[in-house]
Amino acid sequence: MDWLHWIIYVVIILAFVLTLVMSFILIERRVVGRFQLRLGPNRVGPQGILQPVADAVKILLKEDIIPSKVDRVVHLLAPIVTFAPAVLIFAVIPFQQAGNGLFFDLKSTASMVDLDVGVLFIFAISSISVVGLVMAGWASNNKYALLGAMRTIAQMVSYEIPMVLAVLGIVLIAGSLSLADIVDKQNIPFILLQPLGFFIYFLGATAEMNRSPFDLLEAESEIVAGVNIEYSGMKFAMFFLGEYAYALAVSTITSVLFLGGAKFPWGLLPQSFIWLLVKILLVFFVILWIRSTLPRVRVDQLMGFAWKFLLPLSLINLFLVAAEGMLPSGFTWPIVALNVTLAVALVVIWANRFYRVGGAKVA
Amino acid sequence: MQDAGLSIAFWLLAIASVGSALAVVLLRNVFRAALLLISCFFAIAGLFVTLGADFLAMVQILVYVGAIAILLLLGIMLTKEAMRGSPFSRWQVGAGIASVLLLISMIWVFNQTDWPKTNTEVALEPTTAAIGLKLLDMDAGFVLPFEIASILLLAAVIGAIVLVKEK
Repeated sequence: MDWLHWIIYVVIILAFVLTLVMSFILIERRVVGRFQLRLGPNRVGPQGILQPVADAVKILLKEDIIPSKVDRVVHLLAPIVTFAPAVLIFAVIPFQQAGNGLFFDLKSTASMVDLDVGVLFIFAISSISVVGLVMAGWASNNKYALLGAMRTIAQMVSYEIPMVLAVLGIVLIAGSLSLADIVDKQNIPFILLQPLGFFIYFLGATAEMNRSPFDLLEAESEIVAGVNIEYSGMKFAMFFLGEYAYALAVSTITSVLFLGGAKFPWGLLPQSFIWLLVKILLVFFVILWIRSTLPRVRVDQLMGFAWKFLLPLSLINLFLVAAEGMLPSGFTWPIVALNVTLAVALVVIWANRFYRVGGAKVA
Repeated sequence: MQDAGLSIAFWLLAIASVGSALAVVLLRNVFRAALLLISCFFAIAGLFVTLGADFLAMVQILVYVGAIAILLLLGIMLTKEAMRGSPFSRWQVGAGIASVLLLISMIWVFNQTDWPKTNTEVALEPTTAAIGLKLLDMDAGFVLPFEIASILLLAAVIGAIVLVKEK
């Protein structure tokens, strides 16, 4: 094995994740500030770009409080188990495809390892972070933490199903589980071929990373802070960073699976990691947009939304993809038109039904 | 070099899986036992990787860690007695005899089975497509067990709905 390859990629991935997570924190605070008609942090350094550094220094200097009745080992391991999977996901992300690029050409795909089961790897690894949250909820010996942990389990197990079913559509079109192959097959971005799949995946992923409007595990008005209530100092920072690293992971996976990864749309310009970066920031902006627009859902609405709205739609979507796979190739644009129409119609019809009989109506 | 690395990985993973499996049985703290069960599942997934079964390793993590272990943890959280640890059962002797009998029969089966020997080189090729083709192959595949399993799952789903349905 080529040890240099592994060392270089470990450094690249750590640098990529840490830089982007730091900038995501700043971007979120500034963008949400604008959404709420205020400026956001803009005092530390030009336009506030040193704010994350100041926050990091502050949090490192804080006292690490361990309550007396916690399960110490599990309490210590929980933030690590939550944070590690989010970074591990980047091991299979192709940052740039093999072949000619905008700035430089590559002999092989620029990813740490191009696994043949890349998509499965992502879902397997990201399902581990629940274990970390549950460990934190149980070990803290606090009823709010335990309630948060139970909400987390219910939410993550439910939303994983429509999410995986939606990505199965992509796997069927591309005919491969390898992320590099999936990007290679995207002559047009898969979001056009799979608008419904993208919709389901994106909502499911938003719920999976516990972002507003699905952030019930840390609903301040109900359960104070959820699983991380008994955490302080560096351990709390690990949870905080883990949340943003997972947001980064979801933005990256969405860009790779649905938006064409490092490719420029329709190949108008040579592919480059720059396009991947732009797409990641675009997806993160949409996540922030949703966060600042929608209020938090109730627990029963949350579960109903996964089981009565997303799951049936994802099954219909899978059936449609399989049926369209039977067609001879060459019908790309008619299929795009058909799928966009069907996606809009199905979402409208199903949302209507869900509102009337599915329990979404506020009594 | 390759073989030495594989042997080291095998022994580390074997010790990890057997050690955490023993801890699952011996620990009094139910929650920690469940966490160690997760680490046991992980070590087994690692063993699958050393055998070149990439698909199986990922499914092991996805199904056992991501679903079964999580539901186990949820069950422990909802159990009132979990805080007090696991008490000794009145069936100690019976359970001991049953597990010794199970161990003996498994060792006997392992010794009796004529394991097909492959060459020692692990073929590092993707297994996903091969598994899919084998499962749905009409002639030499496992299409009948596959369909029976899907009907069983469907029956389980319908059963679950009937059980929790409001009267």
